[in-house]
Parts: sequence; structure tokens; C-alpha cells
Amino acid sequence: MYSSKEIIETINMVSRQHLDVRTITMGISLFDCITDSPARTADKIYDKIMRKAGNLVSVGNAISAEIGVPIVNKRISVTPISLITAASKGHEQAITALDKAAAETGIDFLGGYSALVHKGMTPYEKEFIASIPQALTSTGKICSSINVASTKAGINMDAVAMCGKIVKQAAYLTKDSDSSACTKLVVFANAVEDNPFMAGAFLGVGEADCVINVGVSGPGVVAAALKECQGDLSEVAEVIKETAFKITRVGQLVAKEASKRLNAQFGIVDLSLAPTPAVGDSVAQILEEIGLESVGAYGTTATLAMLNDAVKKGGTMASSHVGGLSGAFIPVSEDAGMIAAAKSGALTLEKLEAMTAVCSVGLDMIAIPGDVSEEIISAMIADEMSIGVINCKTTAVRIIPVYGKKAGDWATFGGLLGNAPIMEINRKSPLKFISRGGRIPAPAHSLKN
Amino acid sequence: MKAIVSVIGKDKKGIIAGVSGLLSDMDVNIEDISQTILQDYFTMIMAVELKESKLSFTQISDKLSELGTKIGVEIKMQSQQIFDAMHKIAMVGNN
Repeated sequence: MYSSKEIIETINMVSRQHLDVRTITMGISLFDCITDSPARTADKIYDKIMRKAGNLVSVGNAISAEIGVPIVNKRISVTPISLITAASKGHEQAITALDKAAAETGIDFLGGYSALVHKGMTPYEKEFIASIPQALTSTGKICSSINVASTKAGINMDAVAMCGKIVKQAAYLTKDSDSSACTKLVVFANAVEDNPFMAGAFLGVGEADCVINVGVSGPGVVAAALKECQGDLSEVAEVIKETAFKITRVGQLVAKEASKRLNAQFGIVDLSLAPTPAVGDSVAQILEEIGLESVGAYGTTATLAMLNDAVKKGGTMASSHVGGLSGAFIPVSEDAGMIAAAKSGALTLEKLEAMTAVCSVGLDMIAIPGDVSEEIISAMIADEMSIGVINCKTTAVRIIPVYGKKAGDWATFGGLLGNAPIMEINRKSPLKFISRGGRIPAPAHSLKN
Repeated sequence: MKAIVSVIGKDKKGIIAGVSGLLSDMDVNIEDISQTILQDYFTMIMAVELKESKLSFTQISDKLSELGTKIGVEIKMQSQQIFDAMHKIAMVGNN
């Protein structure tokens, strides 16, 4: 039997501190759907997703009711579609099949309209990447990602140049909804194969047929625990570790139950602390609880690095398999504390870039003026990719050049995606750099400064 | 399945009788029970076993919430697994 204190602690985490499991993400391999016919490939994709994920939402809801913890999203990730449709060139039919399956299973997001081009692109992959803006505009739940760099391969600058273009196109095509298609598009360095979080989830080529990956949440729980802590930073780190352990155990329980009931392999628990726009569910609030007037102040990088490391230390023992991105998320529009700091000017893009060097995952959900040129966006991507490549970590860019809006205006995306002030950025031209194309070579990793 | 029923609210007469009566009507066995007053709030924790009940987890849980609303306290039922997961170090065999 447990003490009343323990029972009440668990109940309060849910009712007062926004503890939730952010997502159960079912990874589905689509390799057995490859044919040379666009129509047949699309049919097989639809059938396989319905067969594997038909019960995903009801099972998720049942587990949530039994343990008394909300499971906010049920999601699907699939093998990168560019690999599945390379033989048939049937990506247009595939996107229709994915959209239909996403609607009929009742899931929240489906990720994997993706391409892996960190070293080079096939002619078909170029065609596929060019199709992404339209695919994201014509669907609601489909998410897309492109891996353009890796520590082993360097940075594919031809792909980076293309990404600047497609981000701008996606922004234009959804100009009536604050360029919302860009919220479903991520550019990666060192993308992981078992990420449950969107918009970057896809199922890697080394994965099993059907896998359950779970993403936890709970920045509010960490902040609440730190409120009680008046000790030094060693104690702060201990409190974060203990709290991360408990949060991760919830993820472990959900992943184990879901994989058993859905007849899928237990994949990983992702330790990332995912914020939401709700007050009290913020990563920024944790840094402020540690002792900063506002996120963005000097000390932000240090506190974030400590938080990220302590979460991993607490979380690793709590789960049998840890993976995915597993780090603190800092999406600007999805975190009330980050939104406030960006609005007041305390948080700048340069500081955000520094923060991405010590946590997952990158420049995330940042709204910038709609007239920023494609080469500037490509150069922003290149900078962020180089941080990932040099530091052997995943980095990503999900920025939204909000069509027709300028710095100081406001962009609203709704739901978990939140809203954000549009931030001004450095407009000096990187045109010549981006126009050169080619590859930035992979780094040497023996000389470590 | 084993579950934990927690009852939290302003202290008044008849809470234990009401909750245990309803559990008995639904063939839910109470295995352990503890009661404290925390910050002026009446807190009762019951460890229960559901295997003899003909009702589903959700049906039992709904009936308890209904009773809670009627007598003015909050009644929650959660699988014991969530408390094992959070408050015990050992994982093998538990969840």
C-alpha cells in the first residue's frame, strides 16, 4: 500500500501540473507496400495502416482511462515515403491514401512524408521534395521531414538550398492560415529513426514492422517540484532527476501496455519534456524557477544544459529503452514562457540558436517575417545543421515565414501549435554562399575543440 | 485488476459508508483502506480488487464519480500500475 502523500502526489501531477503523455506513436513499416504501380502502392499503404492502427485511438483512450493520465495525441509514423514510392513515382496517390487512413483511424498526426538526402539526392528525391508544399497544403494531419545533414556525411547544401525554397512555397500556399503548412515541415541534421514527436516523426529503415514509441511530457511537474526546492544547483539537479524518473515511468507503463494490446514491438520512450501553450506547462518556466528573470537572460544556456542532462539521468533508469530525441524542447509558439520572452524582446533568435547547442532539438516553431528570402532561410538551416553535425546531435529547423506579416505582428496556429510573435532576423545576404551548392564535408572528430 | 480508489473532499458523515456500500454492490473487494485529514481535506485511499465484478473498469469508475458528485467529494479510480510505476524502483514484474 502506498502512503497518502504518494497517492496525492500522483493525482496532483495530473490535476494541477499538467502531467500527460504527449503521444503514443505507432511506427509502421511500409516496405512491403512497394510496387511499380502508383495505385496499387497507395492501396497497400492504406490497407496496412488500417490493419495495424485501426485500434490505436481506442486502445490509447482505454489505457488513459485506467491509469488516470491523459494521453493527448495518438500518432502514426511511417517509413519515409520517398523510399516507398521511388519505384512507382506515386507520391501523389500515396498522400491521398495517407490522408484517408489518418482520417479514418482518427489519429492526430501522421509523419513520414519524408526524404533522407544527407549525402545526395536521386532525381526522384528532388521531384519528391518539390511535392512537399502541395502535399502539406492539401492535407491536414500529414507531416513532413527532410534529413539534409549528418555527422558522418556532412551537409548536403544542394538540399539545404531546396529547403529554403519549399519552406517559402509552403508559406505562400497556406497564406490564409498564417502559413500553417510550415508548422508541419522539419529540416533535420542527424534525424533519429524512432522519434515519436511531430512534425519530424518517421520510422527508420532499421526498424521492425510495427513499433510503439511513446513521448512523455510534464514540464509543469518539474517546475512545481522546483518551486519547493531552495537548495543549491546540485540539489536542483537531483530534484529534476527524481521528477524525470517518475514522469518517464508513466511513459514506460503506457508504452508497455500499448505495445501489448496493439500487438506491436515496444520501441522506445522519448524523454523529451514537451511543453504546451497552457500556462504552467512550460520549459521556460523551469529555467525561470531555477533563477532567471526571464528565459533569454544570460544563464539560459547553462540552466537549459543542466535541465537537459538531469532529465536524461533520471529518465534512463526509468525506462527499459530510451530513444527518440530525448531532450528538452524549446518550441517558441508552443510554450507560454517562451512566447512571453519573445514578445518582450528578452529572447532573441541568436540566444535560441545557442540554446539548441545544448538541448534537443533546434530552431522550432519560430515565426519570422513573410518577406525573408529563401536563401536567408537556407542559411538559417545551414547554421543549425552545422551545430548538429559538429556536436554529433540531432538539430532541426521548423520556421514559419508568415506570409504578408512583419516583425511585431502575431501568428496563430491553434491547438498544441500555439501562437507566436513574429521575430525580426538578420537580413544580410548569404546568397553567394547558398548559390555555391555542393556539400560541406563531414567534420574531423579527433580534435575536439 | 487491482486499483486505487481515492476520495478527497470536505469531511462529512457517511463518506466511508457511501463509497464502501457502492463498491460492495458492484462486487468490488476492498483490500486495504487508510484515511487521513490533509490540509483540512478528508482523504481516503482504498486498494481494491475488481476481478469479481461483472462491470468493466470504466463502468465502475463512472459510478464512483457519479457518487462523488452526489455527496460532494472527488472520487477517482486508477489502475494500481500507475502508482507502482511512479513510486517503486523495481520495474520487472510490476508493470
